Parts: sequence; structure tokens; C-alpha cells
Amino acid sequence: MTPSLAADPRGWLRYPPLRLACALAVAALTLVPLGYVAVEIAATGGDLGDLLWRPRVGELLRHTVLLVAFGTTACMVLGTVAALLVERTDLPGRPLWTGLMAAPLAVPAYVNSFGWYSLSPSFGGLGPAVLVTTLSYYPLVYLPVAAALRGADPTLAEVSRSLGRGRWATFARVELPLLRPAVLGGGLLVGLHLLAEFGALQNLRYDTFTTAIYDQYQSTFDGSGATALAGVLVLLCLVLLGGDLWLTGRTRYARTGAGASRRAPRHRLGRAAPLAAVGLAALAAAAVGLPLGCISYWLATSRSSAFPAGDLLGAATGTATLALLGAAVTTVLALPVAWLAERRRGALTRLVERSTYIGNSLPGIVVALALVTVAIRYTPGLYQTTVMLLAAYAVLFMPRATVSLRSTLSQTPPALDDVARSLGVGPAGVLARVTVPLMARGIGAGAALVFLAVTTELTATLLLAPIGTRTLATEFWSESTAVQYGAAAPYALLMIAISAPAAFLLTRRSRHSEGGQ
Amino acid sequence: MPTARRLLLTAVAAWTGLALAACGSDSSPASSGPDGALVLYNAQHDEVGKAWADGFTAKTGIKVDIRNGSDFELANQIVAEGESSPADVFITENSPAMSLVSAKGLFAPVDAATRAQVPARYSSGKGDWVGVAARSTVFIYNPGKIPAADLPKSIIDLARPEWKGRYAVSPSGADFQAVVSAVYALRGQDEGRAWLQGIKDNARILRGNNTILRAVNAGEIEGGVTYHYYWYRDQADGGANSSKVKLEFFGEQDPGAFVSVSGGGVLQSSSHPTEAQRFLAYMTGPEGQQLLADGDALEYTVGSGIPANARLTPLDQLDAPTVDPNTLNGPTIVTEMQEVGLL
Repeated sequence: MTPSLAADPRGWLRYPPLRLACALAVAALTLVPLGYVAVEIAATGGDLGDLLWRPRVGELLRHTVLLVAFGTTACMVLGTVAALLVERTDLPGRPLWTGLMAAPLAVPAYVNSFGWYSLSPSFGGLGPAVLVTTLSYYPLVYLPVAAALRGADPTLAEVSRSLGRGRWATFARVELPLLRPAVLGGGLLVGLHLLAEFGALQNLRYDTFTTAIYDQYQSTFDGSGATALAGVLVLLCLVLLGGDLWLTGRTRYARTGAGASRRAPRHRLGRAAPLAAVGLAALAAAAVGLPLGCISYWLATSRSSAFPAGDLLGAATGTATLALLGAAVTTVLALPVAWLAERRRGALTRLVERSTYIGNSLPGIVVALALVTVAIRYTPGLYQTTVMLLAAYAVLFMPRATVSLRSTLSQTPPALDDVARSLGVGPAGVLARVTVPLMARGIGAGAALVFLAVTTELTATLLLAPIGTRTLATEFWSESTAVQYGAAAPYALLMIAISAPAAFLLTRRSRHSEGGQ
Repeated sequence: MPTARRLLLTAVAAWTGLALAACGSDSSPASSGPDGALVLYNAQHDEVGKAWADGFTAKTGIKVDIRNGSDFELANQIVAEGESSPADVFITENSPAMSLVSAKGLFAPVDAATRAQVPARYSSGKGDWVGVAARSTVFIYNPGKIPAADLPKSIIDLARPEWKGRYAVSPSGADFQAVVSAVYALRGQDEGRAWLQGIKDNARILRGNNTILRAVNAGEIEGGVTYHYYWYRDQADGGANSSKVKLEFFGEQDPGAFVSVSGGGVLQSSSHPTEAQRFLAYMTGPEGQQLLADGDALEYTVGSGIPANARLTPLDQLDAPTVDPNTLNGPTIVTEMQEVGLL
């Protein structure tokens, strides 16, 4: 593919100064937790060796690596297979499956975990941990892969077939590589989530660095042990980021025109169709049906079951408001980062983009305490205001937006920007009139993913929200730790109800792309 | 379709606008309540803190804003906030979180009259925090699995080989760590360490007392060490997780009869110290303690001679050992637990 004009200039001139400044500011914000961890570790000094060189740390390392490896792989396989079945075969009932496959995003991972674990208290260990996290997070792979499949140009596969390659060889050598950015982008998100996962694991008796960090804070009331472990977590995050870079490579995947591609032909399933339908139905039942069943069970058996309309409405409004604001702010902040990373590829922009991922791999408690420490010292006026909380959401969930934005950017040809420039539109005009409208889908998807994450966020909200803020997640937590599962259930239901439109939006955008062809 | 989409977009935009307007109006710095209200950092159960705050407001007209969290989140947050903490009053579930804030010198001395309302054994020896509630350690068991005659006589017995694999503990929680520190405080370092090693060898590790209760109820394990109120609260909530579980209090000043204290204190940095002290006096006074006894919390009262909820076995019948709360859960205990591999 020919390099675009805009990518040509070398040196600092390559980077539009305003966009670079914005991206650097965003990166600085997202690096606050890393700085906090580094300063704390430096303060610990000589004891660090003792804190890290223990059999327990070796066990945690093994657990964390296994969970991330198996969980991420399972999500990538399951998400890709599900997307292929729904998008590329003649399986009947496609709109239904499209909705069902994205639906687990609306169920918070800890609610899902609670549902499974209530089947039997002995449900725990690596297998169950992989199962529950896979069921909760595979849509993060399914959605981008499904979108890529809809947007993929069938002509490449047709050329391959016409040159004599068989159907499977074409799939493996042509179609699968085209899916690579989508699969890896989703896999990266899943991997980062698993590094920082706490809610889904706390009842499954599977200790990772993140659960151990929570335990440390709970037991020693002394950050040094916890931040030392967080330091290891950062290293694991860097390994993931490096691995992703290495696997993604430098290929560009954009078509030259936007409107000319046809829809790929669908493979006939034949007698395998019922089998595929049963498989997808079982997946949906395990990921959505079981937690819903569990919530119904609480409502039925618990004496504390109640529907305090005022409290529920207040918490739902608070949650929706924070989630909308969080989604808007995070997506806007991710824009310059994603644009530079995609349109001005290079060591600097890569570094800037990668640095925004680190906050996502750290436990909420570390991010929240980092922001507490920094804010109380340098911006006391902002402490425990909505602004502060939104900053925390941005740090925690930026990658969800960045990945979505990058994947649409990578599919829109940069030549369109060049054409607009050559016709006399200024850089800001190009951004507003060409780039952003072309990215609308990715912006919507990124915002929806952040919305879903904020809806279920707990720790940062507890520590940083303006006093008196009640969200569905804080109320659910409060009732369920007080052993009032019946009272907790309506909040879980409302979380699912509020999340459903965002999950639905994520599938809608895929259907639009189909409708537009 | 475009109409539906436009409607959705308009709705989202309108909501975002409203939300921005709303947070513009509340973006004043959070330090000590916008309208002169007290700020309570509440690590106790949500409804306990709320009941006290509402009762206090009804009585005095002083508004109380509440930030909820767990012991460890809020204690660490207060330490991170230091002198700038917006909190006026802090209450916890267990005393170690109080000791942390106390050790950093962030509490103001408690008024003498308030200290007089609470027996000295439930308060800080330094006089900078007092007990507001208490919970007792208990051995829960499934009678279908253990006949009453075979129950352990002391928590020390659980380290013996015959108990291998038969009971569960939750070492990651502050609750069990407080129990361990009680064993160390009462039996000394050497016996404590030998016992802890026995626990490591014998116990099944679960996370959280609720989990232990459910596992015992399901018959997956014979027994477990928890606090008393998990069982009582589940009974009050329909008993789905506790109907097949019974309680065994160790008594006889056994380390396993240890009673853990929930503390309350006023922050040194409070901008309303007088009102904050009044609030603490209210919580430990007759009205506050009566609210605790009448509510659903099912924790023990500690102040002003108010008896606990009638459903509970009275505290004075539990024959708990005397332990100075300020000596509990020091870093030594955690190091010991790390060394045997429980943490």
C-alpha cells in the first residue's frame, strides 16, 4: 500500500502540535497511577526484595499468567468463532444472535460470577475463573471481529480462490490475517481486564496479583506490599502491550474507497446448523441466563427483597449520568491519542498510545489511591468532585475507547484526509468534516464500551465521587456485603437494564454497516 | 430508523447537558460539607451509619453527609488525605483500621464524657477513639456433619491433626486476622506461631465469611470460623444460606471467644470539631446504642449499658477474653501469616 502524503514528513513536523500536546497531556494523566506506584516502591527501598521474593509471589505470578493466557485465548477463540457463525454462515435468526452474543456486556462480571458461584460454594479455582471471565468478556472480541467481518472486502478472498487456493487455505492465509487487528485488539482489552479483575474472582478462590493487592490493603493497612505487587502487575501489562505490538505488525488494512465493497457470501452450514444454534444458545444461557436466574432466585427467597422506588431511581439516574459523562470525556480524550497512533505511526506516538493502557491493568484501588494522593496535594479544589471522578474513569477505561477508535481509523483510508487538504480545507476542518464523521462508528462503539464499564465500576466511585453519590454498583455492593441479597437484586437488575441499550448500540452499528452497502 | 436514532441522540445529548449543568453546581470543593454538614466516613454497614446519621440529624438539626467504603479503603484514603481530609468522623467494622489512623496521629482526643460511656476494654488506650459496636468470633458447623459432642472445645484445637480439611477460614479478611492476633496476644508468640502453622495445614481457605457460611450450609465442609452476625443476618433474611448451620461460642475466655470492636473517632483535621464530638457522643450514648439494638445489624451494643438485640446471646454470657484493641493486628501478625503462607 502506498504511504499517504500526510505520513511523509519526517521529524517533529510530522506531528500537528496541538494534537500532540493534547495526546501528551492525556498520556500524562493516565500515567499518574504508574508514577504513584513508582514513588511508593522507591520509598519502600530495601524491603522490596523481602516483599517480592516469597513463595506466595511466585504462586500469584503463576496464577495471574495462567488466567490471562487461558482467559484471553478462550475469549479470542470463542469471540471469533461466534462472529464467524453469525456473520459468515446461513445460520437462521441472525438479528437474534447478534443481540444475544453482545448481551453479556450488560451483565457485570461480578454478578455473573455470583450466579455461577451460587450453584455451588465449591465452584472455584483456575477452570471456573477462566469460565466466568470468558463468559463476561468474550463480547470484547466478538464485537470488533463481527464488525471487521461485515466490513471486510470479499474481493481479496475471491482473488485467492481464483488463483487456485482452496477454501480453507484462503480462510487461513487471507481472511484470518485480515481479522488480526480486530482479534488482537479485543484480546488485548480482555488481557488488560484480566490483570485488574477483582469482582469476578473474589468468590472463586483463585488468587491473582490483583486479589492479593486488595488483600494486602485489607490486612496490613500499609501500601508498600500492595504497591510492590502492583509494580509486578505493570511489568505484566508491558509484556502484554509488547506482545500485541509484535503480533499486530505494521500492515495497513484500509480499502481505498468506502462505498464499493460487497458483502461476502455466506457459507452454508447444512446439517451443522442445529449444532451451531445449540452452541450459541448454550453460550448465551451460560453468560446471561444463569445470572438472571440467580437474581430471580434472590428476589424469590430473600426476605429483604424490596423495590424502594425512590432509591432505585436515584441510583439509576446517578449511574446513567456518570456513565454518559464518563463515556463522553474518555472518548474525547482518546481521540488525539488514537489519531496520532494510527495516522503518524512512529516510536513516539506508539509510546504515547501504549502508556494510556497501563491504568487499565491496575486494580481500581491503586488507581483511586493514586488520584487521591495527587489531587489532595496539587488540585485540592477538584478533590472528590465529579471532574475528579471522570478523570479516574478516563484513566481506568481509556483503552476501551482507544482500541475502538484505532480500529475504525485503520479502516478509513488516510488518502481521504489528503484529498480534503488538497482541496483547501484546513487541518481542523479535515478533522471535523472528514475524519470524525468517518469515525462515527468507532466513536459510538468506544463510548458505549466505556459507558458499560463505568456502569459497574465500584472502587474508584466509592473513593472519589462527590459525597452522597449513590450508584447502582455502590448500592449493590452495600446490600450484598450486608447479606441482603434480595435487597441487592433490584440494583443488579437495573444495572443490566441500563447497560442493555449500550450493548444494543454496539450491535446496531454493525448492522448499519451492512445496511449501508 | 434515522428518526429513532436522532431521537436517541437527542435524548443522550440532553441528558449530558443536564448532567454537566448539575455537576457545575456541585463542583465546590468537598472539604467538610458544602452546607456546614458533618462528613462521616462510614466503613460500618451502610444502614448502621445511616441510622446514626439520620437519628443525629433529627435530634440536633446538624446534617451529616456519608461516604461509604470498607475499612481498608477508607482508612487508607484518610491516611492519603492527611491534614486535608474532608472527613470529620470515621467509623469502622474492626479496630485495626482505627489503629492505623491512630498510629498516624490523625485522630483528635475523644471527649472525656464520651469515653465514660464506653467500657475501657472496647476503646483505644490512647483515648483517641472509642468502641461503637462489637462482634463475637464463633465456630459455625453443620450438625449433619459434626455431632455436638465432637465440637472443638477451643479454637486452639483446630490446629490438631484430627481437624485436617474439616473447616474453613478466611485469612484475607480483617476479621480472621483479628482472631489470629487475639490468639497471639493471649497465648504468646511461640504457641501462636505453632497454632497458625496448624491452621495453615488444616483449614480450607475461603474468601469471606459469607462464603464460609454458604459452604457449611451446603455441607461441603463441616465447620468454619466467622463472626456471629453473618448467621443471624442470614436467618433474618430468610435463612437460605444458614438453615442447616448452628453456632458454637467457645466461651471460657478462650481466644476463640474473642470479641472484635468497631471503632469511632473524630479526625484531628475536622473543621467542625464540636459537632463531630457531639455526633460520636450520640452514637455511643443511649439513643445511638438503642438504634443499633433495634436495627437489623445484629451487632452487639457496647455503650451506655444498652442491651443488644434480644435475638443475640447476650455479650456478657459469651465470657470473652480481655484483649487491648490497640495491640491487635500489628504488622507482626501479617508477617507471621505471610511466613506460614496464609497471606
